[in-house]
Amino acid sequence: MELNQYLEMFIEESKEHLQACSEHLLELEKNPEDLTIVGEIFRSAHTLKGMAATMGFEDLADLTHKMENILDAIRNSKIKVDAEILDVVFESVDHLEEMVFDIADGGDGKRNVQATVEKLKRIEAGEPANAASEEPASGQEVAAAMVANEYKQPAEAPELKLSYDDFEKTVILQSSEQDFNAFEITVALREDCLLKAARVFMVFEILEKNGDVIKSSPTVDKLEEEQFDSQFHVAFISKESAEDLQKMLLKVSEVDLVVVKKIDRNVFVTKTTAIEVPAEEAQPAVQETVNAVPEAQPKTASAKNSNSKSGHASSKTIRVNIERLDILMNLFEELAIDRGRLLSIASEVNHGELNETVERMSRTMGDLQNIVLTMRMVPVDTVFNRFPKMVRQLSRDLNKKIELNIVGAETELDRTVIDEIGDPLVHLIRNSVDHGIESPEVRRAKGKPEEGTVELRAYHSGNYVFIEIEDDGAGINRDKVLAKALSKGIVTQEQSLTMTDKQINELIMASGFSTADVISDVSGRGVGLDVVKTTIESLGGNISIESTQNVGSVFSIQLPLTLSIISVMLVEIENEIYAIPLSSIIETSIIRHTDILNAHNQKVIDFRGKVVPLVFLEEIFEVPRAEQINDGFHSVVIVRKGDKLAGLVVDSFIGQQEIVLKSLGNYLTNIFAISGATILGNGKVALIVDCNALMK
Amino acid sequence: MTNATEQKNLKVIVFQLADKEYAIPVSHVKGIEKLMHITRVPKTEHYVKGVINLRGVVTPVIDLRERFDLPVSGNEETTRIIIITLETMEVGFIVDSANDVLDINASSIEQQPEVVGSFEEDFIAGVAKLENRLLILLHLDKVLNPID
Repeated sequence: MELNQYLEMFIEESKEHLQACSEHLLELEKNPEDLTIVGEIFRSAHTLKGMAATMGFEDLADLTHKMENILDAIRNSKIKVDAEILDVVFESVDHLEEMVFDIADGGDGKRNVQATVEKLKRIEAGEPANAASEEPASGQEVAAAMVANEYKQPAEAPELKLSYDDFEKTVILQSSEQDFNAFEITVALREDCLLKAARVFMVFEILEKNGDVIKSSPTVDKLEEEQFDSQFHVAFISKESAEDLQKMLLKVSEVDLVVVKKIDRNVFVTKTTAIEVPAEEAQPAVQETVNAVPEAQPKTASAKNSNSKSGHASSKTIRVNIERLDILMNLFEELAIDRGRLLSIASEVNHGELNETVERMSRTMGDLQNIVLTMRMVPVDTVFNRFPKMVRQLSRDLNKKIELNIVGAETELDRTVIDEIGDPLVHLIRNSVDHGIESPEVRRAKGKPEEGTVELRAYHSGNYVFIEIEDDGAGINRDKVLAKALSKGIVTQEQSLTMTDKQINELIMASGFSTADVISDVSGRGVGLDVVKTTIESLGGNISIESTQNVGSVFSIQLPLTLSIISVMLVEIENEIYAIPLSSIIETSIIRHTDILNAHNQKVIDFRGKVVPLVFLEEIFEVPRAEQINDGFHSVVIVRKGDKLAGLVVDSFIGQQEIVLKSLGNYLTNIFAISGATILGNGKVALIVDCNALMK
Repeated sequence: MTNATEQKNLKVIVFQLADKEYAIPVSHVKGIEKLMHITRVPKTEHYVKGVINLRGVVTPVIDLRERFDLPVSGNEETTRIIIITLETMEVGFIVDSANDVLDINASSIEQQPEVVGSFEEDFIAGVAKLENRLLILLHLDKVLNPID
């Protein structure tokens, strides 16, 4: 089978299932009694296992299988959920995630997970997971792993080859009340059977025509993958007689032996009654289950259905390659340019019907534009959903009590922004958890609740999306920050005197700054908040900090809704048109030639009492001039980078416009002071000025 | 191009530059466009003429005459932009005219004769003789990547 074509789908779906596992695990931690959640986790894990095995990622399938055993035990109330068990399951999910990421990076998904497997096995055996027993030598572990691959035969009922959970038992009991027979069928294939999976398929086809398969051992997935020796067992209900079934099944070629054994319902009845009710009351107990028949019957059907759909019912979306959306966008722009031409032709011709048609087309195109643009929007939830697990893990590692609240996860952002914003957020949340929230003891001493709160918020405002991380922790220690900044030479003594609290807070994002006295495992890995700041600024965004000591901090990130459309000011130099992003512009102004001052080889102007250096774009961009113009005035665009200003001198302003950002392609990279291009209404290309590159 | 047995025939686009004919494998050619408005991109190599709007995609264009240090000529009616793709790059070549699509027999491709002195020799992958025509096969990698 050509697996490569499914690989991408496999990776995407695996990530989804793992995400679902994490989310449900967190939920389970809050409601440990709710076994339906376990069922959800089990389903995701089961689907993942099946997919991994089909794709040939044995390690992945194997670890999932072991995790599934635990989940199964929890589901059947054999094990009680506690934090320790959840830790191990979380650890397994982490490993599985690493494996999937490895596969996504082109690896083989192999990973040393023996420690986790040991813990899983100990839990399954009912021992404490972290009992630091060193006894299992590596050789034994291999052997144990192999045993785990085989089906474990339960010893509870000697006459039965399969084990049944309560639900299956009920189904079997009910079926016998309705004139169905319950069988346990053992099918043995010939040792030299070549196409075992095909035989299995044929056997199941016969069975499904004549009744319902309740359970099989190994599971159907395993059977289809030929993961069995030569026999398998099936629990089956049917109206056919055992003899007929045997005859039918023996018709399948290469089947060596078929044993059809009727399941004696007393096996179950006596078992349940023996434990729960005194012998005399056995009859009413059965009666009760019989009464439940009409209810339970549809349940079997629905259970089967949902199994085959593996929980995908909710999503009514399709995946589209982002390149195709780009192509769609390009085509749309072509159309928009033609619309512009049509509009001007129509106004020249001034024909009533033509005008009407063109107008209507314009309106439709406007709607279409909205759709095309919103198609790239993704809810921030796709980034936020990994944080609950992260915070849980961090708070356990750091022995802190932290609650993470997420607000506005449905807020939408452009896909390209979403892809970039994840890492900075991870960093900021880690920062809040590690440096912000104090340990429970310290919090108690301060009269705060022991449990700290971190709130992650997202919301729209104007043309921007705001993402805020607020914690009720220690806040920023102004004096400590300032002392550090002074010692590192980031600010001078003089500067420090005039700085506002906000400016001081923001020093922690200056390059080469780290407030951690002790470098912990969590943060202080050599990447500082300066990287966060740079990343956010490269997205056209902005980050600011508000902090009050002992009350908490708020990190506020402002991001453009989309990277592909920005507002610009179009300016002209000779015959060339350039676009300057509005986000950098403070204002435009016309200055007299005589207002230009000279300061150390640099032309400057006095702009509202501030000395602002001038940048002559015609010089920077080496614009060829037909003849010098000098009417005594200059058009200047005042732009800003951080708190630095500069005046860009151009010939004239054309006006403000929304433009679609385009890259210059892979041939022209790193052009000085040009960050991209756009296509104007007349079809010509205009370059976008990178103001940040023009200011040191 | 060395594997003559597998690639008996090579389909090429033939174009004119000054007094010579050049060839590019058709597999690398995405289209041939008439001259259109070119937006100059500042601070680039002298042979990069700028960028064009190729149906919504901003595409850089290179003047091949300038790339090969040939005398610059004015734009004429026959001037064309050949859009070529190489790996992830898409670039337009400005040529004097695009003449032909030809099948070249791989056996007729030879190494560039040892003539020293012409600047363009670095860009040449081989020479193909067709009756009385001489086609110069271009080494696209080298044309696109600055040499020094």
